[in-house]
Amino acid sequence: MAEKEMDQGKRRFLVAATSVAGGVASGAVAVPFVASMLPSERAKAAGAPVEVDISKLAPGEQMTVEWRGKPVWIVRRTQEMLDAVRKTDDKVADPDSKKPMQPAYAKNEFRSLKPDYLVVVGICTHLGCSPVGKFKAEPEPFDSNWQGGFYCPCHGSLFDLAGRVYKNKPAPDNLVVPPYKYLSDTRLLIGDDSKGA
Amino acid sequence: MAATQKQPVTGAGPFNGLLTWVDQRFPLMQLWREHLAEYYAPKNFNFWYYFGSLSLLVLVLQIVTGIFLTMHYKPDAAQAFASVEYIMRDVPLGWLIRYMHSTGASAFFIVVYLHMFRGLMYGSYRQPRELVWIFGMVIYLCLMAEAFFGYLLPWGQMSYWGAQVIINLFDALPLIGPDLSLWIRGDYVVSDATLNRFFAFHVIAIPLVLLGLVAAHIMALHEVGSNNPDGIEIKKNKDPQTGRPLDGIPFHPYYTVKDILGVVVFAAVFAAILFFMPEFGGYFLEYNNFIPADPLKTPSHIAPVWYFTPYYSILRATTEGFMWYLGAGVIGYVALIILSVKEGGMKLLAAAVGVVLIAGFIFIEAKVWGVVLMGAAVMVFFLLPWLDRSPVKSIRYKGGLFKTVLAIFVIAFFVLGYFGTQPVTTAGTVVSQVCTMIYFAFFALMPWYSKMDQTRPEPQRVTG
Repeated sequence: MAEKEMDQGKRRFLVAATSVAGGVASGAVAVPFVASMLPSERAKAAGAPVEVDISKLAPGEQMTVEWRGKPVWIVRRTQEMLDAVRKTDDKVADPDSKKPMQPAYAKNEFRSLKPDYLVVVGICTHLGCSPVGKFKAEPEPFDSNWQGGFYCPCHGSLFDLAGRVYKNKPAPDNLVVPPYKYLSDTRLLIGDDSKGA
Repeated sequence: MAATQKQPVTGAGPFNGLLTWVDQRFPLMQLWREHLAEYYAPKNFNFWYYFGSLSLLVLVLQIVTGIFLTMHYKPDAAQAFASVEYIMRDVPLGWLIRYMHSTGASAFFIVVYLHMFRGLMYGSYRQPRELVWIFGMVIYLCLMAEAFFGYLLPWGQMSYWGAQVIINLFDALPLIGPDLSLWIRGDYVVSDATLNRFFAFHVIAIPLVLLGLVAAHIMALHEVGSNNPDGIEIKKNKDPQTGRPLDGIPFHPYYTVKDILGVVVFAAVFAAILFFMPEFGGYFLEYNNFIPADPLKTPSHIAPVWYFTPYYSILRATTEGFMWYLGAGVIGYVALIILSVKEGGMKLLAAAVGVVLIAGFIFIEAKVWGVVLMGAAVMVFFLLPWLDRSPVKSIRYKGGLFKTVLAIFVIAFFVLGYFGTQPVTTAGTVVSQVCTMIYFAFFALMPWYSKMDQTRPEPQRVTG
């Protein structure tokens, strides 16, 4: 055996086979570590729907509730505010809500189940800041012909009173409308839109 | 036996015996000679050469203060903010350690930026020091990650919303984005899970990598030898008898003593900031971060800490309207390559990359490109060794063209940095867009202007 010449081909094959097997094993070892950083079962379970009483919300006012750790805004829009939404049709990037940023039942002119109540996730679709409500139609530093809506302080994105994003702003999409339904005229359930009991 | 073949250590007085015992079992004297007593550094190091050793000092400072902070800090969303306030108020001299750590973070970036600028001026990234530069750039990337992870830990408003914005940068990536950002956060929003893992990265994972990289950076440097303000190789002129560079002096004691002076001056400035203005007017510690994190309310103005602001400006400057100018820039650049490069393959490649980029500009939204440009702004530094085609290394022998371009780049970098700290305005966005163009043009056009530049001949030996 010892006198035989070394078989280079066999040696290369063994080195390659060992490297491949070792590589696969190392890759497999990474799985538990990568997986451990995914949301835990507890985090997944925390996304339960939230029930909201909107009976005390006056016209023109906004309230914020927490759902899955995110702010959800409920704005009771007045007739002027609804008119303002119509006025911004040519200023916004997606006036007909063609992109799927809302459930099918909110894909309408005012992006809501009932025109009076706007329900949106108050997180800018740019990089996740929470915009600020500026509901009054008056000249603002960021828009001299402001019709009322939301202004994001982080990167200057603008949204109208239906949460539709203005053209040529950093945010690419309209504000997200979460799944929701009316339990009664004054009670909302956010995070669940299933029909029936 | 190897242990008895080595010469006994001399010159250490009463410690000769002990050192000999160690040296016969560990390459102690060899390390001492190779890296300090017989590491020949050019004799003409100037002011700019303080910042390498100062970076090392600040690294040690951050590690030591960090260890003591972890003794009192709680990485828990419910307790983190209060535990930092506990360190500030109740832990004996805790405020001092915490301010050393927070001021140290900014000091780290100041010395590292100056250290990098030194490299830029004297061509320290040029052949044969490409790997020194690349290790250094990876250190810079790790440092940015370290600063970002660390900034979440106090769990203030800026911590929270800064992390929210930066993690959402990954969300913008096509296809994998949303899953990737979910994986980074470990939750659907920045939460306790995020804080806990950022703590792990900040206190152990990144520091370990950093230490390894610093060792690699110094080993690569000591393999090729230090550059100097004249940008010439001292190894070309050696004493025929000893084989030592004629323009070199041993690092120890000459530069250890010089660096101690740097340390003293640095310590004085550092202490002045530490004791009299640790927040540095909101630049080192932002005022909004003294308010506990509130996931439902973004502060009215959010900005990253100063060392990230140039890149943050580039991110914000990339609006839909800007994509047209960017497209025009790409077309012009491809035309320049096609007109000035001789190889056909290169022309074809440039045209293909150009077409892909233009198609990308049209079909992928500006938000994604903002993230890409921000990343590219950092990564482009890696290419410097291959972009600079000047026949000379040092700015001392480069012509007016290079000096002007470098000055414009530095101004653009500062302007971007300034606007990154400010709220969005129309004028500010336009200025940032112009500066973004300048920033990338500095790198993209370097192969041309560095060749066109009227350089002066390098001297044979280093000048004072």
